[in-house]
Amino acid sequence: MASHGIKNRVAIIGMGCTRFTEHWDKGLDDLLITASDDAYASAGVAKPDVDAYWFGTAQSAMSGIALARPLKLEGKPVTRVENYCATGSEALRQAAYAVASGAYDTAMAIGAEKVKDSGMQGLNAFPVPNDGTSRTLTAAAMFSMVAPAYAQKYGVDRAELKHVLARIASKNHKNGAKNPRAQFRKEMSVEQLLAMPTVAGDLSVFDCAGVADGAAAAIVVRAEDAHKYTDKPLYIKALSMVAGNGNGLMDPSYDYTTFPEIVACAQDAYAQAGITDPRTELAMAEVHDCFTPTELVLMEDLGFCERGTAWKEIEAGAFDLDGDLPVNPDGGLKSFGHPTGASGLRMMFEAFLQLRGEVPEERRISTYGRRNLALTHNLGGYPGEMVSFISILGTQPD
Amino acid sequence: MKGILGWGTHLPYRRLDRATIAAVAGTGGGKGTRSVASFDEDATTMGVEAARGALATSGISPSTVWFSTVAIPYLDKTNATALHAALRLGTDVGAYDALGSVKSAVGALRAGLSGTGAALVVSSDLRGGLPGSGDESNGGDAAAALVVGTEADGTLLAELIGQGVATEEFLDRWRTPGDNRSKLWEERPGETRYASLAALAWKAALGEARLEAQNIDHLVVTGTHDRANTSVARSLGAPSAAVVDSLAASVGNTGAASPAFLLASALEQASAGQVIALVVLADGVEVFVFRTTAAIADYAPRRTVAAQVATGGAVTYGKYLGWRGHLSIEPPRRPEPVRPSATASSRSRDWKFGFVGSVDDSGEVHMPPAQIDTERRAMAEALGTIVTYTIDKLSYSLNPPVVFAVVDFDGGGRLPIELTDVDAAEVQIGGRVEMTFRKLFTADGVHNYFWKARPIRGEHIGPDNTQHGEAG
Repeated sequence: MASHGIKNRVAIIGMGCTRFTEHWDKGLDDLLITASDDAYASAGVAKPDVDAYWFGTAQSAMSGIALARPLKLEGKPVTRVENYCATGSEALRQAAYAVASGAYDTAMAIGAEKVKDSGMQGLNAFPVPNDGTSRTLTAAAMFSMVAPAYAQKYGVDRAELKHVLARIASKNHKNGAKNPRAQFRKEMSVEQLLAMPTVAGDLSVFDCAGVADGAAAAIVVRAEDAHKYTDKPLYIKALSMVAGNGNGLMDPSYDYTTFPEIVACAQDAYAQAGITDPRTELAMAEVHDCFTPTELVLMEDLGFCERGTAWKEIEAGAFDLDGDLPVNPDGGLKSFGHPTGASGLRMMFEAFLQLRGEVPEERRISTYGRRNLALTHNLGGYPGEMVSFISILGTQPD
Repeated sequence: MKGILGWGTHLPYRRLDRATIAAVAGTGGGKGTRSVASFDEDATTMGVEAARGALATSGISPSTVWFSTVAIPYLDKTNATALHAALRLGTDVGAYDALGSVKSAVGALRAGLSGTGAALVVSSDLRGGLPGSGDESNGGDAAAALVVGTEADGTLLAELIGQGVATEEFLDRWRTPGDNRSKLWEERPGETRYASLAALAWKAALGEARLEAQNIDHLVVTGTHDRANTSVARSLGAPSAAVVDSLAASVGNTGAASPAFLLASALEQASAGQVIALVVLADGVEVFVFRTTAAIADYAPRRTVAAQVATGGAVTYGKYLGWRGHLSIEPPRRPEPVRPSATASSRSRDWKFGFVGSVDDSGEVHMPPAQIDTERRAMAEALGTIVTYTIDKLSYSLNPPVVFAVVDFDGGGRLPIELTDVDAAEVQIGGRVEMTFRKLFTADGVHNYFWKARPIRGEHIGPDNTQHGEAG
């Protein structure tokens, strides 16, 4: 038994991504059509050339029919995928495995979410009939418990930590401001962010991911076929996924300063990709900054820095666009927005653009041309009870 | 010999300062405070809290449960079965409601004292009226549980030595089903009827007890007519020092809960060999005369009435009005909760109502219980410590913000759970909590009962390891 991965066996040859925003004038079908058309065009394939589809949406639709109908697919296999906020990544993972197995030559992973038709604030889970005893806390409140726990464990003053969290949000706003596809395109200073009223623990609304509609898509083929379509394929180096069993919620040794599912997932991903020092080997990372404390802890869980040091590294600018290891160069969930089912593929879209050198100079990562690996990290759930996904993508075939 | 084998009471944490009423309502109010059930309490949850104390302290497994209230959570569906489930009583234990009037609580007590086997008699009430009314100001919320039976069922703490009954139909106060308040006739005719009927029932009870009025050591006169309660207490001939404080200044008149609640208060003040008379004015008059036994000295209630009276926290009149549905507050722009599934709730009865978790092979406690674990563990009486917490201003709540904590229980087990009876500013890591049975919300008329944690306040005797009914 082992997790072998499919390093260098599958390549992404084309991607598409809509703007993430409050698309009052666009429905799920419009978003799916835009993202898939962009992906077909990017890969240089026609719709009938794609053999199979994996369609990720957390709660905007059910079944593959919801994709086959607007795209008018004829006789194609379409599978609807759901895995909390890691849904989009999961769609890519399934499509990649299908191609790697030889079952299909060409597959599309597409993720989409139409969030803003509910009339409610935030993201709201689909209620499954239950015994009424489950928590009703918001995700913001669950993740807010990380901040005081981290501050206490590493002896960081709570006000100092609040500054660090604002620094994360400010960086992501700054990156998003340069990105025409991002939901929020306004820079926010640390001082402005610190002045916001709290809504959950020490978090303000500006510590939370943007809530947006959007869709993103990728087309994958076997690696040996990639150059038939493009000179710049992106090779899949690792796909890792861990579903937690909820133990953190009842384990008295769990201290809310780390996400064990992500540590395990990262270990597997680095082993698949053959990475030993992510900080120096990765050109960039797109991580699941659903809330600012999440990005803080992720820097340590993903091995970008030592335990207890992320807060200093963040303040020193290590993860800025011009820093040592740029994190969330597209603005992240914070600024790019978070349409649940699309976010995992949106992260890969940024890796696709950056590693292929397809972003304007002002958005370019500091490592461009020197390193050629990108990591995307996508999670769903809460501290103590989450699913974690990591991909590592690279420009080199071996 | 029949009598009282145990008791427990529940007084809600919140107190309304009556002086704050008139500023808003333009009328009403008065001096002192009244007790106020929290937004997440109803007659059933308060009844569970009182009964937990009675069963834990007495150590008795009842064969019957009686539940009485005027503030009825469910019609058509029995309310006593939720108490039965929360107390984890066996399927062979009967559970019955006696609802709708203060007199029904006295009837349930008589039924309990006349039946076979130990009976758990629970009465619970939320009293109120329209803003500015006397019922609003003078009423109070509370619950009390009495365990009654013979010396064959447990240790007798007070023996029933006399009873008197005087029943008569007259219109003094009334409420049409569905109304949120009672209406009252003018006071004098009722007071006159109660005076006559009390004399009859009193004479009968004293005759049966072979006592004179001056032999009474503790006299409780309570009922729905405050003015008659006072005048009857003066007229019975008992020593004036024997009259037990009605707690009108701090708690208010707790309606159906009042007879057992004030009887519990009297029992907590009584020493061995003393005589306690309970006189209830409710559409007639009922008298019970008890004599305490030597065993009463050893009975230590988990929380006395006096201790609970001493540990209240304030609620503003605005919040009180919102909690009682007299003021509609803008809800959070979040989805409203959906009704819990009847079948899912039924399957998880031990967890949802009884707060029973499981233990795996490594000794880790699972809450909710894991299907594949073979060992079950009752957690309702476990005390815990706050590991971390957060204040959620976004989540749907009838009383925002939600205060939520990760709690580690003494003896093992961790659960992230909502706190109640707490002000956000007073929560701290390391704070000690106990579990309390509450109503999370009501959706489609279904009351979603489950447990919350609350700060331990005042004296707490426990955790008591006496478990009633086997887990699992």
